Amino acid sequence: MDLLFEFFSLQDPNIRYVLAGTILLGVSAGALGCFAILRRRALVGDAVAHAILPGVCLAFIIAGGKDPLMLILGAFVFGLLSMVTMDFITRNSRIAPDASIGMVLSVFFGLGVVLLTFIQTTGYVDQSGLDDFLFGQAAAMIGHDVLVFGGLSLLILIIIIIVFKELKLISFDPSYARSIGYPVKRMEFLLALLMVLTITAGIQAVGVVLMASMLIIPAAAARYWTDSLRVMLLIAAGVGAMSGVTGSFISYTAPAMPTGPWMVVSAALIFALSFLLAPGKGEIARHFQKVRLSHKVACENVLKTLYAMEEEDGRTDRVRPGNELRKRRHLARRKLKKVLSTLLRKKLITWFGGTPDGYLLTPAGRKEAKRLVRVHRLWEQYLSQHLQIAEDHVHDDAESMEHLITSEIEAELRKSLGSPPLDPHKSTIPYDSDEENTDNGTTGLKSRRKGGTS
Amino acid sequence: MITSTAWVIITAILVATSCALVGTFLVMRKMSLMGDAIAHAVLPGIVIAFLLTASRNTFPMLIGAGLFGLLTVWLTEALSKKGRIFHDASMGIVFTTLFAIGVIMISLFAANVDIDQECVLYGEIAYVPWDLWIWRDTNMGPRPVWILSLVLVINITFITLMYKELKTYSFSPQLAATLGLPVGLIHYGLMGTVSFTTIASFESVGAILVVALLIVPPATAYLLTDRFHRLLLLAVLFGITSAVGGYYLALWINSSIAGAIAVVNGLQFALVFTLAPRYGLLGKYLAGRRIQKADPVLVSYPTPK
Repeated sequence: MDLLFEFFSLQDPNIRYVLAGTILLGVSAGALGCFAILRRRALVGDAVAHAILPGVCLAFIIAGGKDPLMLILGAFVFGLLSMVTMDFITRNSRIAPDASIGMVLSVFFGLGVVLLTFIQTTGYVDQSGLDDFLFGQAAAMIGHDVLVFGGLSLLILIIIIIVFKELKLISFDPSYARSIGYPVKRMEFLLALLMVLTITAGIQAVGVVLMASMLIIPAAAARYWTDSLRVMLLIAAGVGAMSGVTGSFISYTAPAMPTGPWMVVSAALIFALSFLLAPGKGEIARHFQKVRLSHKVACENVLKTLYAMEEEDGRTDRVRPGNELRKRRHLARRKLKKVLSTLLRKKLITWFGGTPDGYLLTPAGRKEAKRLVRVHRLWEQYLSQHLQIAEDHVHDDAESMEHLITSEIEAELRKSLGSPPLDPHKSTIPYDSDEENTDNGTTGLKSRRKGGTS
Repeated sequence: MITSTAWVIITAILVATSCALVGTFLVMRKMSLMGDAIAHAVLPGIVIAFLLTASRNTFPMLIGAGLFGLLTVWLTEALSKKGRIFHDASMGIVFTTLFAIGVIMISLFAANVDIDQECVLYGEIAYVPWDLWIWRDTNMGPRPVWILSLVLVINITFITLMYKELKTYSFSPQLAATLGLPVGLIHYGLMGTVSFTTIASFESVGAILVVALLIVPPATAYLLTDRFHRLLLLAVLFGITSAVGGYYLALWINSSIAGAIAVVNGLQFALVFTLAPRYGLLGKYLAGRRIQKADPVLVSYPTPK
């Protein structure tokens, strides 16, 4: 607790630098990563991060020491060069993008290793810190680094905000963007430039190998929470910042712990939580959606079965025993019990004691069952009439569609079919005309009239 | 008596051959980066094996790494299917996270773990001649050579036995599935061999340079031929030339051998990419010229951009 307080009081200037650095990295990488993910270029960042190594080494050799601006310049040039090379190879040969990513990654990195060993054997005095580029050393960041770094991140964020609309369009539909006259090539180049900038800036904190993850993981986590790119960018930036804070905190409390890997692991944890818990798209939410849907389908199927029994013997006053329902629908006893209790609660069926005891559709239940049978048969008719599907092939599809067809689609179907009296199997399609309709039937009736006159 | 130079070259050739063989299928299957992912993601497996056996014994490490290699493949697929994210992104998430966990484990048990991330990333093939296998007081030669030979034999057996299946699968998994081939078995068999090859190799050449040997030789060969068996042979050939060439380059400029092998691979690719008769830049340019000569009408039209 004391540690926590000590950490967040930001008394120690060192903490301030590290924290500022990692948060800035998290924010810019997170935001930019959204575009990388949406454009299916997630691993390009990985290649660029590796390809930077020879640039750093060359800059070191040329400058004769660790001049941070020179190192960043070298890294930037080689990052860009690697992007151009990947693009050139895929454009001008039949080599797939993934292979060209892998080639650029490994060959550039190999060159970097050669240069690194060259520097080590030639005995430069100041070379010890070069390894930090490989594995990242956020804790060693000093005021000067953070300034350079913060400046770069700020620049990246401002550019993203300015050209947000263009970036959005080329992320989702580049060919459309091209056709309405957007400078797609230039925007793609700008995006590549931003990516290289981010990676160059971030590599000192998390290192070559883990840089890619700061681009990918926050953006992938953000995807579970929203469908809006704007919100996704904000969330990804937030996730990046959060993992930056966590990483710095852990390595502050346990100095032996490396900051970069902990940033990655915290980002991965946030990703796992998003994957499980996000409302709507998370795994748990989706599970419950599935359960709810399958319950709804089971309920509707039982209603339909009750209606089918009425159709068979033409009697609406005969109670139908639960056993018979179970046999017809192949439902487990427990499941049927649940379904029936839902239907009873919604007053779609009633229960009659006696011998044999059983269930009866209420008027509301009959209406709903009729609607299901109606959309089922309308769909069958639609399939056989408009898509020329053989009539013995339409049932299965209708069996699943009946649970999904809304009243609007039903109205459309009736309009296009002209409310046919029979389905392809010559069964009567039950309409609501003889009953007093309120909400559901009105659209149907209206469209039926329209369909009749046209 | 074989000199240490020869041992190093033999090791490099063994690595290059194994990698080129399985790499060809990866490149054709458009899963080149799986090798990269596996090479990184096995780090925690190695650390765990090390902690459990308290030694740098190779076999437990191979097993630990192999398990994590398959875990990577499985997690990547599960995440991309269940989590509905693109395959490349899910691979990126899985392998970087596992690598980060590995690095953290190394820092956590730094006192007991005598491996560092650098040796995983670069490897050091120059030490191979001194990693001897002593069996019943007999010097059997360097241990990595034995392990790599075993891996090579396994790879060759696997590819010979499943050649047709692998070929079909790497061009079109859908076709393979329609033909009733055991696609899951082929896939995990291939991924298993990729894992073992990667792991056995990176002890000597390091995680990232394994990727060079897996991808670059097959990609280079792919620009020269349309026949699958020639592709395999050419890939192996390019692998071997890069291994030998890399060794001497490293000797010449006094640098890391593994890095030099990757550089030679890059040079070979650049050469073929420019000069290849049909799929290279020059070949395409000449073909364009021929068409223009044969059909003067075409010349009068501006070439579409």
